[in-house]
Formats: sequence, C-alpha cells, structure tokens
Amino acid sequence: MDAEIKKNLQKTACKVRMGVIEGTYNAKSGHPGGSLSIADTLTYLYFKKMNVDPKNPENPDRDRFVLSKGHTAPALYAALALKGFFPEEEIKSLRHIGALLQGHPCISIPGVDMSSGSLGQGISAACGMALAGKLDGKSYRVYTVLGDGEIEEGQVWEAAMFAAHKKLDNLIAVVDNNGLQIDGKLSEVCSPEPITDKFEAFGWHVITVNAHDFDALDAAFSEADTITGKPVVIVQKSIKGKGVSFMENQVGWHGTAPNKEQYEKAMEELNAQLKELEG
Amino acid sequence: MADVIKKATRESYGEALRDFAEEYKNLVVLDADLAAATKTGIFKKAYPERFFDCGIAEENMMGVAAGLAACGKIPFASTFAMFAAGRAYEIVRNSIGYPHLNVKIGATHAGISVGEDGATHQCNEDIALMRTIPGMTIINPCDDVEAKAAVKAALDFNGPVYMRFGRLAVPVINDKDTYKFELGKGVVLKDGNDVTIAATGLMVNEAVEAAKMLENDGISARVVNIHTIKPLDKELICKCAKETGLIVTAEEHSIIGGLGSAVSDAVTESCPVPVVKIGINDEYGHSGPALDLLKEYGLSAENIYNTVKKALKK
Repeated sequence: MDAEIKKNLQKTACKVRMGVIEGTYNAKSGHPGGSLSIADTLTYLYFKKMNVDPKNPENPDRDRFVLSKGHTAPALYAALALKGFFPEEEIKSLRHIGALLQGHPCISIPGVDMSSGSLGQGISAACGMALAGKLDGKSYRVYTVLGDGEIEEGQVWEAAMFAAHKKLDNLIAVVDNNGLQIDGKLSEVCSPEPITDKFEAFGWHVITVNAHDFDALDAAFSEADTITGKPVVIVQKSIKGKGVSFMENQVGWHGTAPNKEQYEKAMEELNAQLKELEG
Repeated sequence: MADVIKKATRESYGEALRDFAEEYKNLVVLDADLAAATKTGIFKKAYPERFFDCGIAEENMMGVAAGLAACGKIPFASTFAMFAAGRAYEIVRNSIGYPHLNVKIGATHAGISVGEDGATHQCNEDIALMRTIPGMTIINPCDDVEAKAAVKAALDFNGPVYMRFGRLAVPVINDKDTYKFELGKGVVLKDGNDVTIAATGLMVNEAVEAAKMLENDGISARVVNIHTIKPLDKELICKCAKETGLIVTAEEHSIIGGLGSAVSDAVTESCPVPVVKIGINDEYGHSGPALDLLKEYGLSAENIYNTVKKALKK
C-alpha cells in the first residue's frame, strides 16, 4: 500500500478511536473494548475499500455494511461521522435521550444499512442483501463484522450454511478475534474455536489477518475480491482495547465507559499517537 | 350445504403468491423446508428463480428476509406459525419490526386445527406474540377469497405484515367477485341488536352458523369478521359495543393476547361493555383429527351459541 495512503488511514483510525472514547465517555456507558479492536478495519472499509458516498447514501449500487457485533457502534458512528454522514458533534450525545445515535446501530441513522446489536442477526441480514445483489445482477459487495463471542450464537451458523449453499461470493464476513467476551476469555466461557476450521467446514473461503496492520488488511480484502463461488470470512486477530494502553486485552473494558480521569488519559495517548503520525 | 366448497387458506396463500408474481416483480419467496406444506411449492414451481429454500433454519430465514427487504425486495418468509412467530420471534422483532422492513411473514398451520401433529406444532400464541411488536400488521383471513385478498393487501402495504393461514380446508364464505378487502377494517356479515359476535379466521364461519341458531331462538346477533387484528378496527368495535351492549369474541387462538384481548383492550378503553372470549383456554392442545379438536376445545358454532345464551342471561 502507498505510504501516504497508509499514513492517512492510520491517522483516521486514530480519530475513530478518539470518537469511541469521546462517545462512551459522554454516554457514561457503552462498549469501548470491542470498538477499539475494529477501529482499523472500519477505517479501512470506509476510507479505502467500500463504495459509499454520504452525498448519495441510498445509492442502490453502493456496498453494504452490517455491524453484526452491534454493541461496537461507537466505532461505526465515529467512522460514519468522519466520512461525513452526520456531524461529528453527534458523537457527544451518543446514547442520550432524543439523540440520533442509539446504543446499537439503527437503520434510521444516516449511513447505517441495518439495525443490529442482538447478536447473531446481522450476518443473516447481510446474507439477504448479498442475495438481493445477485438477483439484481449488481456488483456491490456486502461486508459484515462479527465478534468472536458472537459466533457462539446458533443463528450465525445457520447463516454460514445458507451463504455457502447460495454461493454468496459477494459477502465478506469479518470475525473480530480479540479472544475476550463479557464473562471472560473465550477459552474459558464456551469456546467457538477453532474458528477458521469451522468456517472452512461450512464451505467458506477463510483468510486470517492481523487486524492492526493496514497492509495486511489490504491484502486480505483484496484476496476476498478474487474469490468466486463461495463467501469469504476474514478472521482477524485483534487486540481488544487497541490503542489505549490501559484498555488493551482487559475484559473489564468490554462494556465499561471511561471516567473523567481515564477519558483524559486515553485522549492524551491517542493525541500523542496522532501527533506522531502527523509529525 | 352439500355444495359448500372447502379450501385451506395455506393453499390460497401459495396460489396468490404465484398469481401476483407477474405483477409484483420484487416479490420473492423464502421457505424453511416446508414448501410442500406451506404451499409455497406452488410458487416455486412457477418461479423457481425467485424461490429460496433456507433449510430448517427459521431464524436465519427471517434475517435474510430483512436483508432482502432492505434492498427493495418484497420477501414472503414462510413456515409454520410455531416457528415463524415462536422460534424466530426475536429476529422478527429486532431485524424486521424495529427497522420496519417490508417483510411479509406467511405463517401456516396456525392454531389447533393442525390436528394429529399435536401440541408441539399447534401454535395458539402467535397473534399474542406478534401483537407486541410495534408497527406489525396482523391479518388472519377466514377463507380462500379473503386469504388471497390479504396477500394482495400485504403487497400494496409498505411495512411488516404477519399473515396467518390454516392447514384445514375451511368453507369458502366470501364471493370472490364482490368481496372487497380493506386492511384494518372489520366486515359486518350480519346485522343484529342483541349481541355482537366478533370472529376471526376459521371461527368466522362458525359465528355465522351460530347467529342462525340464535335467530331461531329470537336472538338477534350481529356477526363481525375481524380479519385484521392489528391495527384493530376500534371504531367498528366500539360502534358494536354501544349498539349491542355485549361482545363475544371467537378465535382459534389462546384467549390470552389474541383477538379477544385486543377487543377487550379497545372496549375497556373507550366503550365498556362485557366481552366474553371464546378461544383456547390457556392450555396445550393434543393429537387428534382437526374437526374433533375444534369441537373439543369449544371452537364451534354450538359453543358460540351456548356462550351467547349464557352471557345474555346474566
């Protein structure tokens, strides 16, 4: 990937992370950990990969995105705001009464293609969107991001079976493999591993990638473009809380908002990262 | 009565999908390995490229329907009422109801008239479940003519619709040439002053028969067909309450949460009169021929007749 493009993506990802911290801090609730682990992926999708345009949000030919792990909406909202779907100021009223930005993605929010958040459901909707694209002979792709804990839901595997059987090669699912869920480590709760083997057995093309490396993400999503006849899953190894030192790999940051002190420390860290990238 | 034509509304559903497919190009049909039973197989035969079998996976089917609708299709997601409203309830609520997507749910084999399969497949709770979803329209047609009209109305309506069809062949009581279906509007089938029998689904015919029996005893019963349970025709219900002073509801569904409850809610709110509910009395069904079960559970003209007589004595 071109060095300048990569640097810009890194800067944008840093701003997405700031949006996550800003949103959850002001909401006094929400899910920063899993939002930070997908910040790079969403940045890559919205600023490099997907054909979406805030000036024409309903374009029937646009790529679709469904955040199946809907609790990480703060990252999606930050990416959408930076992309220009709505003012960045909205982030500060996330989860407030009367606010545009609901706790989980809602289809009425500009740029959001599907309401989601009850785990396991987003991937089915993504399958429907991909099927509609096939029916209409359109070339758009449908991207969906799932949590690794989320795939414990049986519906995910119903969808996995469906997508492979219907040969939905315009569907790209990402499993955010940060290894943690609310009750603890995946390996201690009710492990869905081996994740790659399971998807392979279900008839998917499987790609593994480091979620925090834009070159690797670019290679993975480019490979996905070349696959025909089967859906693609990108299992990304990620770090929950990535980018904020005291949140990294800490299960406690799954669904806890930072207090004022933690907010300031997190923003200080992210500002330093941004400055370094800009310097 | 020897000439009465009988037909299951599931059959009407399958035929209607086929018959409207040409006019509605965005109509697509999903099923969950029950196409022969839900009768979507009729559509599949005519339009195989617009039919998608999702296998025995109703939750995913509802989600796929949501995604199709989000891209402009009009999906008819079809399976038994037990799985459409029961198993997939939360997907219907969160992936279809909450985003208010244009998904039509064709729920067949509703109620106790499923018969021999027994309690696990006799869904007497689906109307109750679907009523709790904001923005969900619920249609429970009484015969072939109304079932086909309901499919057309659902196609012309933008938003989620739950349609309830039966397994059992039931008498065709509406005239296909003159019948007009209006979403959300009840149909007065017979006028009367002493009592209103508000019925839905296969109980409409029983209500008509009961009214004839009551007529012989000098009791003037009004019969109202409530095909749309949500939104309920509150105006008509209140008019009936005021003019007849007593409402007896009749449905092939639990007395908890169905038509009886909807009518009670409306009446209690703005035109209080006694409401007596006929339906499944908070119990499970069991195996047996459908007609025997209907009789056993009081879903008959005789029971409506007896219930009205008793209520009028009070």
